[in-house]
Amino acid sequence: MRVLAAAVLSLLLASAAAQAQDQAMAERLKPCAACHGEGGHSRDEVYYPSIAGKPQGYLQQQLRNFREGRRHNTVMAELLAPLSDDYLRAIAAYYAQQPPTLAAREPVADAALLARGAKLVREGDAARQLPACSRCHGGQLAGVQPAIPSLAGLGRDYLSAQLGAWRSGVRQALAPDCMAQIARKLDEAEINALSAYIAALPVNAQTRPAEHPDGKLPLDCGSVP
Amino acid sequence: MKRCWLCRAGLLLLLLSAALWLYWPALYRPAIADSVLPMSPAQIERGAYLARAGNCIACHTQPGAPEYSGGRRIATPFGDVYSSNLTPDVDTGLGAWRAADFYRALHEGRSRDGRLLTPAFPYPNYTRITRADSDALLAYLRTLPPVRRAPRAAELRFPYNTSLALQLWRRLYFRPAEFAADAQRSASWNRGAYLVDGLGHCNACHARRDWLGGVRDSRAYAGGEIAGLDWEALPLTREPPLDDAQAGEWLALLSSGVSQRHAVSGPMAEVVFHSLQYLHREDLAAMIEYLRSLPGEAQTPKPDRINARLLQTLQQRGEQVYGEHCADCHGEQGEGKPSHYPALAGSRLLGSPSPANAIRIVLYGGYPPSTAANPMPYGMPPFRPQLRDEDVAAVLTYVRSAWGNQAGAVLPAQVAKR
Ligand code: HEC
Ligand code: HEC
Ligand code: HEC
Ligand code: HEC
Ligand code: HEC
Repeated sequence: MRVLAAAVLSLLLASAAAQAQDQAMAERLKPCAACHGEGGHSRDEVYYPSIAGKPQGYLQQQLRNFREGRRHNTVMAELLAPLSDDYLRAIAAYYAQQPPTLAAREPVADAALLARGAKLVREGDAARQLPACSRCHGGQLAGVQPAIPSLAGLGRDYLSAQLGAWRSGVRQALAPDCMAQIARKLDEAEINALSAYIAALPVNAQTRPAEHPDGKLPLDCGSVP
Repeated sequence: MKRCWLCRAGLLLLLLSAALWLYWPALYRPAIADSVLPMSPAQIERGAYLARAGNCIACHTQPGAPEYSGGRRIATPFGDVYSSNLTPDVDTGLGAWRAADFYRALHEGRSRDGRLLTPAFPYPNYTRITRADSDALLAYLRTLPPVRRAPRAAELRFPYNTSLALQLWRRLYFRPAEFAADAQRSASWNRGAYLVDGLGHCNACHARRDWLGGVRDSRAYAGGEIAGLDWEALPLTREPPLDDAQAGEWLALLSSGVSQRHAVSGPMAEVVFHSLQYLHREDLAAMIEYLRSLPGEAQTPKPDRINARLLQTLQQRGEQVYGEHCADCHGEQGEGKPSHYPALAGSRLLGSPSPANAIRIVLYGGYPPSTAANPMPYGMPPFRPQLRDEDVAAVLTYVRSAWGNQAGAVLPAQVAKR
């Protein structure tokens, strides 16, 4: 009985310590909350993506991308400039542990547009060697550990801005940059259809990144170990 | 007729003496002997330490590229300059450089092929470096993995891109001179002077510059706006001089980025991050001892010349904004929270006559650096997404005059310019 009580007590203490640690981290990351919201749950998906619940490796890589000029946001780059790689890892770990954001979805009435988006996401286009998005981003588009982010949950404008940025070279990932190869094969209309379809998908609390990819990735991606 | 002969001869004489004045330092150049570099582990370790003290890595690494491989853009008021590749690659780096070539670059600001280097490379400071330290630096740089990366040519505007302009600039502002110890002063004072004036190149930011970007008195650390960075470097010399408690605060600031009441920010956070946190405590203390000994200018607060009604409105609105957005971290009385959130009461950054840094910090936020003593610093949120220019001006007007602070009002138009 005593042993059990001690075990329960130590568990409680450990979880209290973890909670305190989590709170200290949230306090440290107030500058990020100014845009990305408390715990990484954005209140304004149009401008600032939610970052809660994304795979740790992906988040850490993005922080380095902003610091090193492969992605661009002046305020973020300046905030991150004097922070060590170890700190960036801890920041990424904190946001990765948060539950995903259950953002209001953006319903679209245009059925033809949605069908076109769905086809690209689920099947791709073999004739142009365009792989289905789901082969890398997972069946539910919930991402795959440790480095492929979820697409479900992203806003429509954010999605089309990112694909456009890859197409024009403004956003880059570590070479070989598979997303740049894919984005360059898409035209404006396709990006519009994809973004509309993905932004309308429901997200629930079970939408978490898969542990492993479903077989081999169709292209090599430098940021995926 | 005769008179004109005279004036022609006079003109010729004038031109000749101008040329002689300009080129004299270039004609009269002592030869520099080469030496065999000892590559002992102690020598290499010493070189690595000196490279930290000189912060070579910050300018010579382009973010995302291998360390020391150069190519980083340095913005100057005269155009952009790109740093060189310091890795030992034979074709694009220092692989073929002899110890004498390297010393000449630091000491005289000349490349291996004789080309004059632009003072974006702080050789007006590095000229103080001793030959022994120069050799140790090169020994360390030779141990880096060689990276093949051709340096990019400078993009300076006319007439600054001409060798004549550079020659003239050097004649006005540059004398090659190794550090000479002052026998009247202690060994630690001399060590501090060597590090601050020389390797540390603190006056690259902390000096007041004239319109040609020159520094007239290399020991005047009066501070001023940093060209191209939109930050103001604070004065490092004071009247009355720093007391012991303040000197202790500085030691904490320079080694860890934060002290009980202050934190470094912006460009200074990067200097601590890349360079100062790695220095021995005795060296940092020596630097502070030296800076404390230099004469400073007394700062007399100027009375506000704005309309009293406007001032009152700004202060009242400012107090409200402060309670809502700032007091959680900086405290009801501006007292801060030791070593996480700096005190605003008595803040030197806030007290500066120019509100430039304060406006920047409130608009864009910032973190002090990650250091061994403070690996995961707390940060200041950017308020640009939340506050209007009027509110930023109001809260700054309030904090600049509350709790004994005595700096002037900040107007919305000053905020809008940033
Ligand atoms: C001034 C607002 C702002 C602040 C403050 C800010 N960010 Fe961002 N962040 C953005 C914007 C805008 C983007 C999207 C940029 C783009 O379009 O590529 C972004 C993107 C990101 C991403 C990539 C998200 C993804 O899904 O790819 C991460 C991770 C991130 N931010 C983390 C942080 C962290 C950590 C901090 C605090 C140190 C922070 N941000 C502070 C505005 C901000
Ligand atoms: C070969 C694998 C692969 C395929 C196929 C793929 N992606 Fe990606 N995607 C990635 C990887 C890896 C990243 C992370 C890149 C990085 O590190 O910046 C990514 C990132 C993204 C992002 C950035 C998410 C964010 O939060 O900023 C978007 C948007 C995206 N992909 C959309 C798509 C779409 C749409 C498709 C289908 C047309 C697709 N991807 C197909 C591998 C893939
Ligand atoms: C403030 C920025 C800055 C710092 C700090 C700095 N450098 Fe440089 N350095 C430059 C720039 C810019 C150039 C190129 C100048 C030019 O091409 O005219 C340069 C050029 C050089 C050169 C000449 C290379 C060549 O090919 O001619 C050497 C050698 C050098 N730096 C060594 C160092 C060492 C050693 C340190 C540290 C003790 C250091 N630098 C610190 C900016 C800097
Ligand atoms: C790249 C520009 C830059 C260089 C180089 C630089 N500083 Fe600074 N420094 C600043 C700026 C900007 C500030 C004001 C912001 C702040 O207080 O953190 C500052 C502030 C300081 C302060 C705080 C002053 C106070 O009264 O609170 C100290 C101390 C200091 N610097 C010392 C040094 C020393 C010593 C060196 C040389 C090793 C140096 N700095 C080199 C830009 C620079
Ligand atoms: C989440 C906590 C937090 C909040 C809220 C906050 N600050 Fe700060 N503030 C900081 C931190 C941390 C620093 C040190 C930043 C650095 O070193 O770059 C700082 C620095 C400053 C400085 C520079 C002080 C100095 O001496 O270096 C000023 C001025 C300032 N804050 C004003 C404000 C104002 C005005 C507000 C409200 C509009 C505010 N702060 C809200 C945390 C906060």
